[in-house]
Parts: sequence; structure tokens; C-alpha cells
Amino acid sequence: MATKVSNPSADLPVFLSFKEVWRNRGRFLLFSLVIALITLLVLFIAALGEGLGNGNREYLAKLDAQLLVYSEKSDFLIAASRVDPALSTSIRRVPGVENAGPLGTSSVNLVSRESGQTLKISLIGAEPGRPGLPPVISGQPLRASKANEMIIDSNVAERSDIKVGDTVVVQSTQGTDTEEYRLRVIGLTDSRQYSLAPTAFVPFQTWDKVRPKSQAEVNSNNPTANVIAVRVSNPAEMEVVEARIFENIQNVETATIEKAIQNVPGYSAQQSTIQTQGVFTLFIGLLVIGGFFQIQVLQKVPQIGVLKAIGAPNPVIAAASVLQILIVTALGVAIGGLLTFLFSLSFPPTVPIVFNGQRTLLALGLLLLIGPVGGLVSIRYAVRIEPLKALGLSS
Amino acid sequence: MDAQIMEAATAYEIKPRQAVALETRRVAKTYPSDLGLIRAVDDVSFEVRQGEFVALVGPSGSGKTTMLAMLAALLSPSSGQLLLDGMDLAQMSDIERVRLRREKIGFTFQANNLVPYLTALENVELMLRLNGRLDKAGRVRSQELLARLGLGERMANLPSQMSGGQQQRVAIARALIHNPSLVLADEPTASLDTERAYQVVETFANLIHENNRAGIMVTHDLRMVTYTDRVLQMRDGKLVKQYVTREEIEGLAGGRLEH
Ligand SMILES: Nc1ncnc2c1ncn2[C@@H]1O[C@H](COP(=O)(O)OP(=O)(O)OP(=O)(O)O)[C@@H](O)[C@H]1O
Ligand SMILES: [Mg+2]
Repeated sequence: MATKVSNPSADLPVFLSFKEVWRNRGRFLLFSLVIALITLLVLFIAALGEGLGNGNREYLAKLDAQLLVYSEKSDFLIAASRVDPALSTSIRRVPGVENAGPLGTSSVNLVSRESGQTLKISLIGAEPGRPGLPPVISGQPLRASKANEMIIDSNVAERSDIKVGDTVVVQSTQGTDTEEYRLRVIGLTDSRQYSLAPTAFVPFQTWDKVRPKSQAEVNSNNPTANVIAVRVSNPAEMEVVEARIFENIQNVETATIEKAIQNVPGYSAQQSTIQTQGVFTLFIGLLVIGGFFQIQVLQKVPQIGVLKAIGAPNPVIAAASVLQILIVTALGVAIGGLLTFLFSLSFPPTVPIVFNGQRTLLALGLLLLIGPVGGLVSIRYAVRIEPLKALGLSS
Repeated sequence: MDAQIMEAATAYEIKPRQAVALETRRVAKTYPSDLGLIRAVDDVSFEVRQGEFVALVGPSGSGKTTMLAMLAALLSPSSGQLLLDGMDLAQMSDIERVRLRREKIGFTFQANNLVPYLTALENVELMLRLNGRLDKAGRVRSQELLARLGLGERMANLPSQMSGGQQQRVAIARALIHNPSLVLADEPTASLDTERAYQVVETFANLIHENNRAGIMVTHDLRMVTYTDRVLQMRDGKLVKQYVTREEIEGLAGGRLEH
């Protein structure tokens, strides 16, 4: 008597799942398209989250400093904080501080002299040689502390015809008048949005001169910064240094960059709203996939019964089910990803969507995962189908 | 055709007795119910030899399907022994039964026989894939068997593109391709018209005789027993009568069911 053990060939689940998908390609493709639409939605939400988030956090996140020093009771709102730029001198004396300098932020109109085109930008002032000014990717960095020179970020370059070497006009309100200041663009830096706007950088003293002022400020003439940016010698000691500054300097409050970002007006609320939308869309995807495969497995009870009756072991049935779900989900996510990419090409740079962020990767990973997770119930169901069903019996 | 079969059957009768492939010893299956235990199969003992095609008949509810399910290692008996090639199915673990079903048993079912997304040929080859031995020779044999069953032109068709009779014939090929010790058929003619039914059962009988397998067919249609070598009649779970001689079998097939 032959006692040779015969097991199914290893590729049997692959064979079964591919044949089933191929021979029912109309139905499965239709369902892949549903997954593609969910993918499109999830990716857009992720990209919007990334894009809007960048618009708010980009400059701060890329800042060459670890701490911000605000005026007391400013609630960590950079725009509401007012500090004396001279404060940076005393902060630099705090042990563990490597460098510190004033930062000023404001919103102005930037006018291209060539086309007369006006762009609303965030104008940031920082002292050359101190934290706050970005490295340039072309042209020259800012060196002179009073020069009428400017660095623009890539967003300014993308959304206007302004380029390195141009002279531009900054329009700002001084009391009751609108003044115009001419500055020369000497350098270009990468994307550094702040307050959801393209950004330009000028030396701190230039900033203090051109920033919009109320009538009282125009009259007073005291230099004012919003915050002091602090770079610590050893980032691992950031919290110790923060505590020292808080103890040694009067009438200030301090925050790490991460905390500063969380306190950008609307940032946290916006991000959690977008995240909730993303999670809900994924959840809907989970239910749709789960529902589809559950209905499908209910229709397949007789055929799975026959497969088991003729000796297909449960691991083969389970593996074939998982593979099938993966095929359909992966196809849907691929189509959805492609659609998203094609759509994104048609968006102007002003739409705050960013597809190359971590969130897009995370979303893609989650989308691929919701297939098998959503189909878990149906897989369990398939494994539990009794082969007796093939004979029309139940136990 | 019919004359040929009669000849084959007669020829078989004079062959020397073959080895016992299947033996049941006092097999019983009880189901619990509100009215106490239902004895669906009650103390049934019989044997089937290699090359023997046996019909299992009886009124509705007499326990035919339950018996078949136990023979197929799909259901455990409440008591008794079921010996296939000398191994007791009742003693096997679940995993051993699954293996036994793909190695030693061939099936045709009443309905939904075939995997709907596989072609006729793929359905037959599936049995070899399940046993991890689909090779070139196996492919050729599958094609030959289908051709033998008159499906030479239908190998690339899906079940939905075939008639009920054609599907049953594909199932017959699947039931035999892996040289099982026991071939079980549950009402193979239930969805066929009389003409098709005769053809299918005739071919089935021929293949079982040729390949020297043990075959058991459950049927409602007594006319079909004319192609079998022996008829087991059940009633209320008991094996009440066996029809052994050609005369007895033909008498039964002609509609004279004895009580
Ligand atoms: N799962 C079950 N639970 C309880 N009783 C059952 C179960 N399955 C079968 N029975 C009972 O066992 C007896 C035999 O049933 P079985 O299906 O084997 O008969 P059958 O001869 O195949 O009938 P038919 O010709 O109608 O198919 C019947 O009385 C039936 O009601
Ligand atoms: Mg029955």
C-alpha cells in the first residue's frame, strides 16, 4: 500500500486566487475601482494635511534653532509676542546656549517691478550670523545687517516672476500710509512657508524698518522683535537650557520648536480635523472591503465546500482568500495612486497639497492593510465552511 | 451501447474475486433531536471490492447521504468501523481525513460539482494539484480522460459554458484522475434528463470497471442501477436488502422494487 504523503503544490493558493480574479475580472476590476476612489480620497486628504501643515510649520520646522523665547503671557503666539531684540545678548550668556538672535515675522505685499504683480508673503527678519536665516540654494546669503537685501523662498519664485538679481518692492502700512521699500533679491532658498504664505527673508534691522507698524509704533522708534530664536550647544540638553533661560531672564516664556508649532494659530485643530477625516475614510474603506468580500464568501459557500470535500486543506483556502484580497486591494491602490498623481499634475502650486510626504506613504501602507484586515471576517468564514455542505448536509 | 455494457458487466462477473477495498462494520450515526436520538444510519455492514460499482438506494430519509458522508470521511460515525484499504476512517484525525479525501477518494456531487472559475481541464487537473503531482504525464492523462468522456472540444470551457451532463462528466474525470481507491457519487443524475443520465452512469460504470476502482453511487433513480454490479437498499437507516444477481438487479431497474 502506497503511504507516500501527498500535499498540495505550494503554488495552489496562487493558482486558485489568480484564476478566480482573472475569470471574474469584470467584477473584481469594478471593486478595485471602488478601492481606487477610496485611495484617491485618502491620498488627497493626506496630501492636503501635509500641504496645509507645511504651510504652517515649514519655516519653524526647518529653523536652525531648538528653542523660542516669547514675551510673558503671549500664550506662545509668535505674532502676539513682543521682545526687545537686545534680549538675545543676555540669552547668549546663558550656559549651554550656542547662539541666539531676534526673529520678526509680518505679512506684507511683495511687488515684482518687472510685471507689477503683487504677492502676499510672510516677511521674516533675522540677524545675519544668528539663527533664523535659511541657507541659500542659489545666489548669496544675507551678510550685512542693514542692507536692503532679500532672500526669497522657492514658493515666491514659483508664484511670481521674481528671481535672484531682481529689485522688488515691499508694500507695508506705516500708521495711516502705505510705504514702499525697494530691496534687491540676492538669494533663493527652498520652501520655507510661514503662516500659509510664501516667505522672504531680510536682515533683522531692515525688517524692523519695513514691517507694517501702527501709528504709535511709527512714533516710538524702539526696535521690536517677536521672539528670540535660540540654538543650544547640545540638543540633548535642550530642556535643561530651556529651564535656565526661563530662570535667568525676566518676563519671558520659552518653548521648544515642536511646542511652538503646535501653538501656531489653528495648526493643531486643522491637523486633527484632517486626521479624523483620513481615519474615517480609511474606516469606510475597511467596511466596504469587508462587506464586499463577506457577500462574496456567502455566495461561494458551495464551491468552497466542494474544494474542502475533495481535500483542499484549510491553509490553502485561507491563503487563497488572503491573496485574492491582496490582489484586488493592491490593484485598487495602484490605480488610485496613479489617478491621484494624474490629478495632482493639474493643480496649480497655490493648492496646498504635498504628495511626497511621509503621510502619503503611511496612507498607502494603511490602504494596503485595510484589505486583509477588512476581509478578515470573510476569511474566517471561508475557513469555517464545512465540507459536508458539498453533500447538502450540515452537522 | 447498452448491449456493450451488458457484455462488460457480464464479463466482470466471471472475473476472479477482487480484494476488498472498502468495508463497513456495524456503522451507526445518530443525531440528537427533540424526540430523542435519530438513528440516521443504523448498524450497517457491507463491503465493496476493487472494480465493483455498487448502488445505494432507498426512500427519502433512509440515510443514504449520511452513509455516503461517512464513507467520504466528511462525517464521523457514532459507532462502528469504516475501513478503506484497511485503515479505519473513524480513527483518523481531521488533518488525516483531509489528506485521505484528496488521495484515496474521488467525488462527484449532486450540484455545484465544479470550481466555477476553472475550465474543464483545470478542474480535472486540480485533483492532481491538490496531491502535488501535476506533471506533464498528468496533464496528458487529464486530456485523454476528458476526450474519452466526449469532452475533447470542451476542455477550455468554464462550467457555466457547459450543460449539466457535461459538467457531471467533468466531475467523473476529476473523481478518477488521481487513481483513488474509492469513488463516491451522490445522485449524479439528479439534474439530468433520462437520456443524459443513462449516458453518464454508463460511462461511469465503464471507467470504474476499467480502472479497477471501488465505486458507490447514491441514486433515487432505480433505472440507473442497471449499470451497477450490486445494489444496497436502505430503509430507516438500516441496510435491508442487497440485489446481487443480474436478474435481481434488472428486476429492480425495471421497477419491481421488492419489499
Ligand atoms: N444534521 C442532522 N441533524 C439531525 N438529523 C439529521 C441530520 N442530517 C440528517 N438527519 C436525519 O437523518 C436521516 C437520514 O438523512 P439522509 O439525508 O442521510 O437521508 P437520505 O437517504 O439521503 O434522504 P434523501 O433521499 O431525501 O436525500 C433523516 O431522518 C434526516 O432527517
Ligand atoms: Mg440524500
